[in-house]
Parts: sequence; structure tokens; C-alpha cells
Amino acid sequence: MDLKFSDREEAFRQEVKAFLDEAWPAEKRGSKTEFTRDNYLDWHRKLHARGWIAPAWPEEYGGTGWTPTQRYIFDKECAAADAFPILPFNISMVGPVIYTFGSDEQKERFLPPTLSGDIWWCQGYSEPGAGSDLASLRTRAVRDGDDYIVNGSKTWTTLAQYADWIFCLVRTDPNAGKKQQGISFLLIDMKSPGITVRPIITLGGDHEVNEVFFENVRVPADNLVGQENQGWTYAKFLLTHERSNIAGVHQSWRALDRLKQIAADKDLYGDAPSLMEDADFVRRIAETEIDLTALEFTELRALAREESGGGMGPESSLLKIRGTEIQQRISHMFLDAAGTYGLPFQRELGHKEAPPSNSQVGPDFAVETAARYFNMRKTTIYGGTNEIQRNIIAKMILGL
Amino acid sequence: MNFDLTDEQEMIRESLSRFLRDRYDFEARGKIIRSEAGWNPEVWGQLAELGLMAVPFAEAHGGLDGGPTDIMVVMEELGRALVVEPYLPTVVLAGSILQAVGGTVAEELIPQIAGGELVMGLAYAEPRSRYDLFHVETTAEKTGDAYALAGHKSVVLAAPLAGRLIVSARTDGGTRDRDGIGLFLVDPQADGVTVKDYRTIDGFAAGDVILDKAPATLIGTQGEGLALLEMAVDRGIIACAAEMTGLAKRMTELTVDYTRQREQFGVPLSKQQVLQHTMADMFMAGEEMKSMAVRATALADADPEERAKAAAMAKVFIGKTGKFVGEAAVQLHGGMGITEEMAIGHYFMHATMLDTLFGNRDYHQRRYEMLTGLRKDAA
Repeated sequence: MDLKFSDREEAFRQEVKAFLDEAWPAEKRGSKTEFTRDNYLDWHRKLHARGWIAPAWPEEYGGTGWTPTQRYIFDKECAAADAFPILPFNISMVGPVIYTFGSDEQKERFLPPTLSGDIWWCQGYSEPGAGSDLASLRTRAVRDGDDYIVNGSKTWTTLAQYADWIFCLVRTDPNAGKKQQGISFLLIDMKSPGITVRPIITLGGDHEVNEVFFENVRVPADNLVGQENQGWTYAKFLLTHERSNIAGVHQSWRALDRLKQIAADKDLYGDAPSLMEDADFVRRIAETEIDLTALEFTELRALAREESGGGMGPESSLLKIRGTEIQQRISHMFLDAAGTYGLPFQRELGHKEAPPSNSQVGPDFAVETAARYFNMRKTTIYGGTNEIQRNIIAKMILGL
Repeated sequence: MNFDLTDEQEMIRESLSRFLRDRYDFEARGKIIRSEAGWNPEVWGQLAELGLMAVPFAEAHGGLDGGPTDIMVVMEELGRALVVEPYLPTVVLAGSILQAVGGTVAEELIPQIAGGELVMGLAYAEPRSRYDLFHVETTAEKTGDAYALAGHKSVVLAAPLAGRLIVSARTDGGTRDRDGIGLFLVDPQADGVTVKDYRTIDGFAAGDVILDKAPATLIGTQGEGLALLEMAVDRGIIACAAEMTGLAKRMTELTVDYTRQREQFGVPLSKQQVLQHTMADMFMAGEEMKSMAVRATALADADPEERAKAAAMAKVFIGKTGKFVGEAAVQLHGGMGITEEMAIGHYFMHATMLDTLFGNRDYHQRRYEMLTGLRKDAA
């Protein structure tokens, strides 16, 4: 057992740092770069140009051939530089499905723009009546000559407002015996006539998720991935791929660092004792650091198993549960650190979804703390709720 | 990074686990803890034959040249079987100090430990010290080359079994000074030493040691005992983290088995989702505990500050999660969980005592805050 990084791994860390100094320099760091389509794509394309956009992919399709430990170092350094985490839709979700189950023609057509960011993918899984019970989805695709005609709706579609394409689970055989059967995996151009996107504004005024409606949308049958009615197999494959940095450990460490700086900032407190002199607040920080350390080493152990060919398996449920619990705790501590300046709703002045607020008051960091706290409730719900994750542990690991 | 065990470490794990399965089941353990002696010297001898007592020591002293990782492997297995024989005080606590001081005392005693002939105890706590290792009221008075100790040492694990004790005592300074503390070798059979022996609630032989002009030999440098003591206790904490991992995993297994067998309202308890989720939480606690034990083990030989931080973090974490697993396990066993008839309650009692031993969660939380500079005051 040796938990030090090797010289080669340290050299790799320096290489990543050097890249970040150029591609994501100091003036972009410290939440100074707003998340917009253009800002995100700018970062995505820089990674693509360096050949680092899809580290976990097989090298023949554009992967880096890094070990899991290298991927861990890369994720850690990117988080330390406040770079946007890479969205999962292109890289962890649809890409692996296409290179694993797609035709040669589909690989050629879709993989290059999926890597480069020329296609922004969104995920069409959940429906108004099918959340954690995904297989009960009802959106229909009926074969009509060389096309499918799609009718139905998808919901919780993250960043659909930015997306060029959507990968969808659709029901192609409503009479199949089990509800997991008769589902197909279809790629749909968001510009197709008959698609409308309705924003869903979440607590705190964010527009991240949407409802997507399909009304007689004509989709070429060439866009079917794999075989008709086998979509559930591909969907399950995709869900097991959705695990890179699933715990968000690096982002949580970075957030704790920021929180400690804020809590010790003399300008904020003047002659009053700072939050770092409040034993109760310090205790919460310390507890979170200790819990995060336990989570980080659990992730490292899981990576090591993956590296030696063991695969991660249902242990990823643990990472998801603990990682999201800690993210929520940290967002709560930020809100508490803001004190009464957590109250004013002044996010993105002039945001069309937000009620009118004409003045910005209080310290800069406080502006988003409440909105962020509310936003983070999503983490224990999405990607299979934490209760579903516990079901998975009970069933797959404990055999209950 | 590499979390793999060596082939030798895997062999230790396998042979120890097999031995304990065959010879140290719940019934066998029950006989031992109810016996007059409070331990089974025959088992001790067999564990020594497996090489367990020799694990961390140098070959020159009859050891196997192992390290903290080997100790981790051993402690996890001892935890799984809830072994009460005095491995922690003898090999980990006293052993670490003897190894660190070296010289003639190490040459004399380590081979005896490694051979399974000598049990030792570390007397560091006092009635008023709580968990502060530097709080030492016991005095050491020098006359010629010899010392005479006077004072009261509390809850010394293995004291009634030990052939030698290592005792912290003060040659200089005030009760709570960090300087002026020495470590001394004491023969508990000697005049001036009284061992008030008892069992801990979780079945371990222990005692308070009353010293009244007890003859003693200084080991290490006079006045610099605290650093050695802190090192040994941190090693002890790190070993307990591995032990707690063994306890937690076993408690989870026992609870899974029990809820599968026990039917209520016509279905096995294990089919109740609310219980499944508790067991999923128990599983997660065990996995994370293991991670903390592994991390602390990897830092057991680091510089004192890093080691201390790692030990404090591990202690906070195992205190919290170990008690959670224990309490949940008892709850899921229902009424049977609070009887002495089933193993689960015994695991719970030991898990609870491991939180208290060497300083509880609150104590090490504050220690971590001080070590990291999160907290500045000394309160």
C-alpha cells in the first residue's frame, strides 16, 4: 500500500496546471466567469483542442488513455482552478452509447461534433409520469416509411434551451410484455418541426431545466441507435457510465476553501469577531472536512479497483449519496455565512424570470448563496434519488 | 497510488481469519470473558505461532519487519472476531515505544513480545487527565540511577495480565506542562505497585494502577516522554480505526443475516424498505471507515503533525460512524439486540468503548481544529 503519487503522476499534475494557467487563467477563476452557452463552449473547445475533452473514452474514439488516477488528478486541478465541470451529456452519456452500440455511419457522423462541442446534446429520459421509475415512459415513436413519428413529452431536460440535439428513450412497442421492453434509443434534431421547449424555473430563479414537447415530430429511422426495442439495455449502460467525478469531491474542497476565506475576511466583520472565531461554525467546517476526506479516499479506493480491472459497480451509489449530501451541507454553510444578506433576491439583476429587484446590496459572495442553496436540493433528487441509490445498495451489494 | 496488500499481508489475513473462525467464535469468546483469567493464554500462544506478535518488529529482534499496513490487516480481523486478548496494548502501544527508544530495553523485551511470552500495558491516563496525555500528576523521583514513582494511573488495558507496564510520570514541571514527562518501565509485581483489576464493560481485562514509591527504569530521554506517548497513542488510534472497520463490517453482516431470517407480519424483516435503507447506511459507514483507516495507516509513519492530524480525523470519523452502525444494528435486531445472548450487542459495546478510548469524538474534533489552525483559542 502506498498512497503517494508517483513521479510520473506528479509530472502529469504539472502538465495539467500549465495547461490551466493558459486555458483558464486567474482572471477567469473565483466564480468570475458566468455559466453561459458561449463561456461553456469556449472551455469545452479548449479542452478539445488539447485532446483532453473525453479522458475516459477509448483512445480510438478520442480518449486520452489516462489511468483513473490521472483522471482524478486532472479533475482535481480543474476544480482547483474553478473551471466548469464538463457536462455529462456529450461525454459521459450519448458518446459512449454511440461508440458502443451505434453504426459505423453514426459514429462517423456524430462522434466528431460530440467531442468538439459542435453538437450540444441534451438528455430525453424523464417524463412527467416517469421519474425514478424511468421504464414507465410513454413518449411514442411510430414507424412511418423511413421515419419515426414521435409524440409525447420529456421533462427535467437540463439545458435543452442550449441544445442542438436530444437523445431520447421512446416507446416503439406499447404491447411488449414488460415495461422495460419495447423502448428504443433515438437521436433527434432539436430544430425538427413539432418540438417546443418550455422553461421550468426552479427555486431561486434558475433556468436549468425544461419540458420538451414532441408533436408529430418526424425523425429519420437512420437515427435509431442499435436495435429497435433494445433501448433499455443502452439506457442502463449509459447510467453505469454516468459516474466520472460523481461525488464532486474536488468542487466541494474548492468550495470549502472559499468558505473559509470568506469566514475569515476581516473586511466583512470589522471589529466584530469573524465567523472563524465562532466555535460552532468552525466545528461544522471541520466536520465537513473530515467527512469529505472519508469520501475522497473512498473514491480513490474505488478508482484503484477500477484501475486494476475490478470495475466500480454499485459502489458508485455510495459516492453519489455522500457526495451530494456534502454539497448540500456546504451550500447551507455559505447561506449561513451570508447572514441577513442571504435574504435579498437579487440574482442576475434584470433576469426576466426573477421578480424585480433594482439594487444590489451586501457582500458580493452573498448574492447567490440563497439561490445556490435552493438549487442544490436537486442533487439528492437527480441521477436516481438518494433513496433509489440506497435501494441499489440494498439489492446489489447486500442482496436484500 | 496503490491500495493493494502484499502477498505476505494477504497471507496474514487469511491465516488469522481462518484461525479465528475455527477457534474464536461467539461461544468460545464468551467462555474467555467469563473466565477468572479474562484471557486465553493458549490462544495468545497460537496467535504468536501465527507470527502475529512479531509483525511490526525488526528481524534482529525476532520480528517480521512489517509496518502499519500489517497492523491494519491484523486489527481488522481481530475486530471482526471481537478478540479480547491484549494485542493493542502489548504490540501496538508498548511495542511502538520500545521500537522507538531502541537500545538494551528493546533488545531485552521485544523478542519476548514477539515470541508471545510477554504481555505489556501502557499506563498513560489518570483520574483527572481525561484524554490529555500531557496531564501527568504521577511523579518520578530520582535516587542514583533508579526512579521511584508515585501516583494513580487509570483504566490501564491489560494491567492485570501484564509482565511489564510502561508508565508516564513527571520528573519536572507542573501538572499540565508538556515538558518534564518521562516514560518508565515498571514491574507490576514489584513492591509499591497495586493493580486494582476489573473488566471493562466490553469484556477486556484492565485495571487502575496505584504507584507508591514503585521502582522504575527510565526508557528514552528524561523529560521528553510526551512525544513518544503521543506517537504510541496515535498508533493506537490508527489501529483502532482498522479494528472498528472490522466491527462495522461484521455488524452489518450479522444484521443482514438476522433480518433475512426473522419474519414479522408474514415477510422477512429484510423486505422492509425502511430497514433496507438503514442497512445501506451501515454498509456505507463501513466502507468510509475503511477509507479513513487506510488513509491514517498510510500516514502512521509521517511527521508528527501529519500523523496527529490523520489520527484525529480517523478517531472523529470512527467514533461517529462506529456508534451509528452499532446503534442501528441493535435497533434492527429488536429486543434480541439488547440481550447478552446474541453477538451483536457485544460488538455494539466494544464499538462504543472504542469511541471513548484515547479520546472521544468531541476531543479529537477539537484536536483536529487546533492542529489545522481552524481554531485558534486554547479553550
